[in-house]
Amino acid sequence: MNAATYNFAYLDEQTKRMIRRAILKALAIPGYQVPFAAREMPMPYGWGTGGVQVTAAVIGPGDVLKVIDQGADDTTNAVSIRAFFRKVAGVATTTHTAEATVIQTRHRIPEYPLKEGQILVYQVPIPEPLRFLEPRETETRVMHGLEDYGLMHVKLYEDIAHHGRIATAYAYPVKVAGRYVMDPSPIPKFDNPKMTMSPALQLFGAGREKRIYAVPPYTEVKSLDFEDHPFEVQTFNEPCALCGARNVYLDEVVLDDRGGRMFVCSDTDNCESRRTGTGAQS
Amino acid sequence: MLPLRVRDIAKTFVMHLRGGLRLPVFSNVSFEVAAGECLVLGGPSGVGKSSILKMLYGNYGVDAGEILVAHACRPVDLAKALPREVLDVRRLTLGYVSQFLRAIPRVPALEVVADPLIALGSDRAEALERAEAALARLNLPRELWSLPPATFSGGEQQRVNIARGFISDHPILLLDEPTASLDAANRAVVVDMIEEKKAAGTALVGIFHDEDVRDRVASRVVDVSRYSQRRAGQ
Amino acid sequence: MTDAPILEVRDLAKTYGARLGCADISFDLWPGEVLAVVGESGSGKTTLLNCLSTRLAADGGSIVYAMRDGSRRDLATMPEAERRFLMRTDWGFVHQNPADGLRMGVSAGANVGERLMAIGDRHYGRIRGTALDWLSRVEIAADRIDDGPRAFSGGMRQRLQIARNLVTAPRLVFMDEPTGGLDVSVQARLLDLMRGLVRDLGLSVIIVTHDLAVARLLSHRIMVMKDGRVIEEGLTDRVLDDPRQPYTQLLVSSIPQA
Repeated sequence: MNAATYNFAYLDEQTKRMIRRAILKALAIPGYQVPFAAREMPMPYGWGTGGVQVTAAVIGPGDVLKVIDQGADDTTNAVSIRAFFRKVAGVATTTHTAEATVIQTRHRIPEYPLKEGQILVYQVPIPEPLRFLEPRETETRVMHGLEDYGLMHVKLYEDIAHHGRIATAYAYPVKVAGRYVMDPSPIPKFDNPKMTMSPALQLFGAGREKRIYAVPPYTEVKSLDFEDHPFEVQTFNEPCALCGARNVYLDEVVLDDRGGRMFVCSDTDNCESRRTGTGAQS
Repeated sequence: MLPLRVRDIAKTFVMHLRGGLRLPVFSNVSFEVAAGECLVLGGPSGVGKSSILKMLYGNYGVDAGEILVAHACRPVDLAKALPREVLDVRRLTLGYVSQFLRAIPRVPALEVVADPLIALGSDRAEALERAEAALARLNLPRELWSLPPATFSGGEQQRVNIARGFISDHPILLLDEPTASLDAANRAVVVDMIEEKKAAGTALVGIFHDEDVRDRVASRVVDVSRYSQRRAGQ
Repeated sequence: MTDAPILEVRDLAKTYGARLGCADISFDLWPGEVLAVVGESGSGKTTLLNCLSTRLAADGGSIVYAMRDGSRRDLATMPEAERRFLMRTDWGFVHQNPADGLRMGVSAGANVGERLMAIGDRHYGRIRGTALDWLSRVEIAADRIDDGPRAFSGGMRQRLQIARNLVTAPRLVFMDEPTGGLDVSVQARLLDLMRGLVRDLGLSVIIVTHDLAVARLLSHRIMVMKDGRVIEEGLTDRVLDDPRQPYTQLLVSSIPQA
């Protein structure tokens, strides 16, 4: 079999054009969920079908692709998607954030600051931030249309009432450019501050729910909160057990069945670069 | 301007559940009541005394004629007034002591009595104080004051009703058998209270079955049977 | 007496295909006035309530509402965003079934606080304080603030629904059989509470009920509906004590004497 069996980046040109139109609309209305005709992809829902379609629509032969899954470049999903685009688009791939032009991500934003010209493509399971409290799509769309967002704070209120603080730790709702409330996908809220005024373009694809939304470069992204319970990110008591990095997001790794564990960087590329001294990583 | 002028009022009940049976009660009833007098509606039972009183209060519809009440320095015709106008007249001008108390669940006697004053915007504590004085004067046992009157005896309920009706300074007061279920001592208190109202310039219209009470308080008596349609038709 | 109605309804009509919902409905509602709409089920009273509260689009006629700033606005031509804002600030709607008016999945405090958050209050402590105040006004113990309505009795749920509606100090409240389905003793407590709140807050209320005792206790005025039309209206005690129309007489005579 050779790659010529597939059209460039797997999707046919009409489909890519349709997705690009949706992306352009999403960029014109930051945070607004644009419906699109998501295609069947050669992977199950929940494995990044939305992200893959967005990546396929924006990637060109000269791009360098990085794929991460919960911050790691070496998990099955990340490896498979990288291999997929190497095969169907013939693009170069990398694990280094700084070298990539397109980064597809599941549930993290890289620690190394993004720069102009880079595109971050998020895989989104549930694009609707209001769904938790209002299951009717007809109603949530009207609520977005009318900027009727009291319900979002009801969720945060419930957090404080039951836990004494806003316990939502991931998929923490944000308001984009002062208008639309948006689900940032299940990234840890630790990553939320990286979204605001980012020089990179941020695109979000939800395959099962057939929605695309976007945050253009240098756009304000504000995490919702209360005046007396301001937004806060997670903090860690100790640095990464491998590279010693502080102020990065750490994963807990269980070492044995006797309670042994360690905290290490979630962003594997950042951690490795720090240990080997390669790249200008943080 | 006289507090109350009644001109040619008429009442006929139409009983639709009895095949549209028409029961004419009275017609062309006219009278006037001046400040400081107590007009008594007289006549045998069934001639429509109670109906007249209810029409004066806006509680019964008026088929013909007019009921002019001097309300806030202008005449209001209760026969044609809008509901909100009738309610405003009741709030400020027209008091009513009915034979029976329509008890409101859960509201204690003291509040029932103070209610008209509070509705007029009086200070709550002051209104309750006056309510206490009124109930004390009518010899209602103190332990009942904080209970809802629904469980009271007829005489106790009536005293709550009287205290409520007399507490405010309405220029017109309608009395529908206020002493019907009272003992002699409390009847005497009510007679005194009526005399005080008269002295204060209130215009009163009342129905009294008790001849002794009637004779003591009446300034004039209007014999309603003169206007009765029922007797003529029967 | 205030000299302008809060709601002016003229020739309101609603049909469901060939079937009449309500027709020829005209009335004024004045500030502080409680209007009861009574009639049997199917008489069109709920259709009327839904049209008035803009939950249902009328087919004809007009509803003019006096805004807080005194301007008079036709509700049919009001943009939806503005109408929704009105519905969650200036208006309340108390449903017969509390589950229709409450968020059953969130706590009592959040149910009361939602309207405040919807109009931009972003101070948790203040929102909670207001919620506590309102829970006490509807006789719900402060320690129930973090419980969900599912843990509440029917009467408590209804009181919670009332608190949720009144927290933004609305001027006009619609009620659809608010005491339906409750035990008599629970009903009495609720009625007494509503009576007090309506008077203390000077609310204008349109209440739909088939229970004439409820109408007598709460309302100043009654409209009797039959087959989609108003057949008799007037002062509440006048209509109930001296009913004129055959149907009203039938209705009044059908009340069991307790």
